[in-house]
Amino acid sequence: MVRYLINRVLWTIPVLWLVATVTFFLMHTAPGGPWDARSGAAGRSLDPSLEASFNRQYGLDEPLIVQYFTYLKNAATLNFGDSFVQQGQSVIEVIGNGFPYSARIGVLALLMALGIGIPVGILAAVKHNTMTDYASLFVTTISYTLPDFVIAIFLLIVFSVHLDLVPILFTDWRSYILPAFALGTGSAAFIARLTRSSVLEAMRHDHVVTARAKGLSSRAVISRHVVRNGMIPVITIIGPAFAGLVTGTIIIERVFGIPGMGRLFIDSISTRDYPVIMGVTLFYSFFIILGNLMVDVAYVFADPRIRDSQG
Amino acid sequence: MVVQLSGVERSDQAVAGLDRPVRGLWSDAWRRLRKNRAAVVGLAYIGFMLVLAIFAPLLAPYDPNNIPSDAFSNTPPFWMDGGSWQYPLGTDSLARDNLSRFLYGARVSMIVGIVPTVITVLIGATYGIVSGWLGGRWDNILMRLVDVVYAFPSLLLFIIMQASLRDTGFGRLLGGLMLLFVAFAITGWNGMARLVRGQTLSLRKKEFIEAARAVGNTPSRIMLRHVLPNSLAPIIVSVSFSIPAYILAEASLSFLGIGIRPPNASWGSMVFQAFPLITFMPIFVIMPSLLIALIMIAFAFVGDGLRDALDPQSDRQR
Repeated sequence: MVRYLINRVLWTIPVLWLVATVTFFLMHTAPGGPWDARSGAAGRSLDPSLEASFNRQYGLDEPLIVQYFTYLKNAATLNFGDSFVQQGQSVIEVIGNGFPYSARIGVLALLMALGIGIPVGILAAVKHNTMTDYASLFVTTISYTLPDFVIAIFLLIVFSVHLDLVPILFTDWRSYILPAFALGTGSAAFIARLTRSSVLEAMRHDHVVTARAKGLSSRAVISRHVVRNGMIPVITIIGPAFAGLVTGTIIIERVFGIPGMGRLFIDSISTRDYPVIMGVTLFYSFFIILGNLMVDVAYVFADPRIRDSQG
Repeated sequence: MVVQLSGVERSDQAVAGLDRPVRGLWSDAWRRLRKNRAAVVGLAYIGFMLVLAIFAPLLAPYDPNNIPSDAFSNTPPFWMDGGSWQYPLGTDSLARDNLSRFLYGARVSMIVGIVPTVITVLIGATYGIVSGWLGGRWDNILMRLVDVVYAFPSLLLFIIMQASLRDTGFGRLLGGLMLLFVAFAITGWNGMARLVRGQTLSLRKKEFIEAARAVGNTPSRIMLRHVLPNSLAPIIVSVSFSIPAYILAEASLSFLGIGIRPPNASWGSMVFQAFPLITFMPIFVIMPSLLIALIMIAFAFVGDGLRDALDPQSDRQR
């Protein structure tokens, strides 16, 4: 098991390298450069001598392939360079400014998804094949299917534009509520379905039959014997769900005008802020890969059978 | 249809007697699908959108990209104050007819859902079938590549590809559609490859494949005539989920302003364009968002229905 995990961790290196390589060459094929935005009036280009000096200062005058290897060498020592656009800030500082917003929304969305998804799933399983079950299946199918930015837009129109309950612009803590809901709805539906099916399966186990036979109330059977086992698959998806939610804010942030990672990413691409593009992409990728890796680790911790069998 | 099925059918017939018509796998699945009300509604809606998309040039009252000299921008739809039947769903911020743009947007959604899916099925199924058939070391190497592509965060790649290449000559092809096709196909094929490889691995041990080999069929013939047809059911289910995924990806990218190129209309780009008006005229944001939501729900119903119909054992566990 340990060997397997080490193997999986080592696999992130070639993946991150591929991500870095593809991103590096793609972003350099984009027309325009990082100094266009600073030239003032749109469309007018920078004074050539100034541009050349900027390029020299940031190493952009060297052949692309040299820049590429320089970047890889620096990145390997966790030196991701400085932002071209936000003067005097390193890429790590820039990410450090944006990430907390995304993380807060991601955590809230995850809490909401668990808080709604698990009870709904347990209820649907306990009331298997009743109207409650069918209704929850229908609602979860639709909630899982609706694109989060569409949910976001409808929430924004209802709660900000019509009811005026939440400020439309990003201001204070209230501004986190709608994004978290928009982002968490799909995950809540997914968790509800997962909980439902795994609880249903857990209810068929022999020990549950025994517990029932010895006269435990059905409430005690459910809470002590069924739900515990039924939660294993849910626990395992928390990691990737969190990674997905934090990185999934790219589009949501646009709807609600949140200055998080997503906006940073889109902005850095449009201003050709190469170091920030690379940094954010690698950061996101690392997050997603880590999330996937956590599935395996979580399984090992959650299920003693796996822990013991593969030691 | 499929070699090993005919035997099953005949024994079926013998058991049920001659009064019961012979039913194959596909007619059986179709019968189950028709009983699923949600799937039928979804299928009807998708069919309706497909018709609108195909006949958009005939149905659209105006040129969707033409900015008329005599119209006002942001005319509300007919049921609101100031709306008229001249522009039933109003005009956008450049005074273009919304109805026509929705119709052409349906076109974009359908094309962007179908074309990359066809590409990914062709590439993925070939890759998967070859990898599964070869097995052993080759399979190992080929699947490692799939793992790497799988781990690549696809939305990030779409955003970077779109942002980097959309202003190049290639990015301008077909109004930006070509670039979307390529972006979606590059990341999409590996899911299909995994699926078909798994199918191939389990099928190649089956007796009828053995028999086909013993009779002297070439490997490529066995793959095409026996392995592929028997993998069709899971492929179809997977396709029913990948089409809406690409439709959504296009809508999301266009909503970010880096999808389809202006002046072409897509539902996502119409949300993007109307978004600044959300406080004054939310209806312009609601209409395209609703279209996106409805097509996604329709595909989900059909996808769930197909999964239940083609795999009766699944028993709605998920």
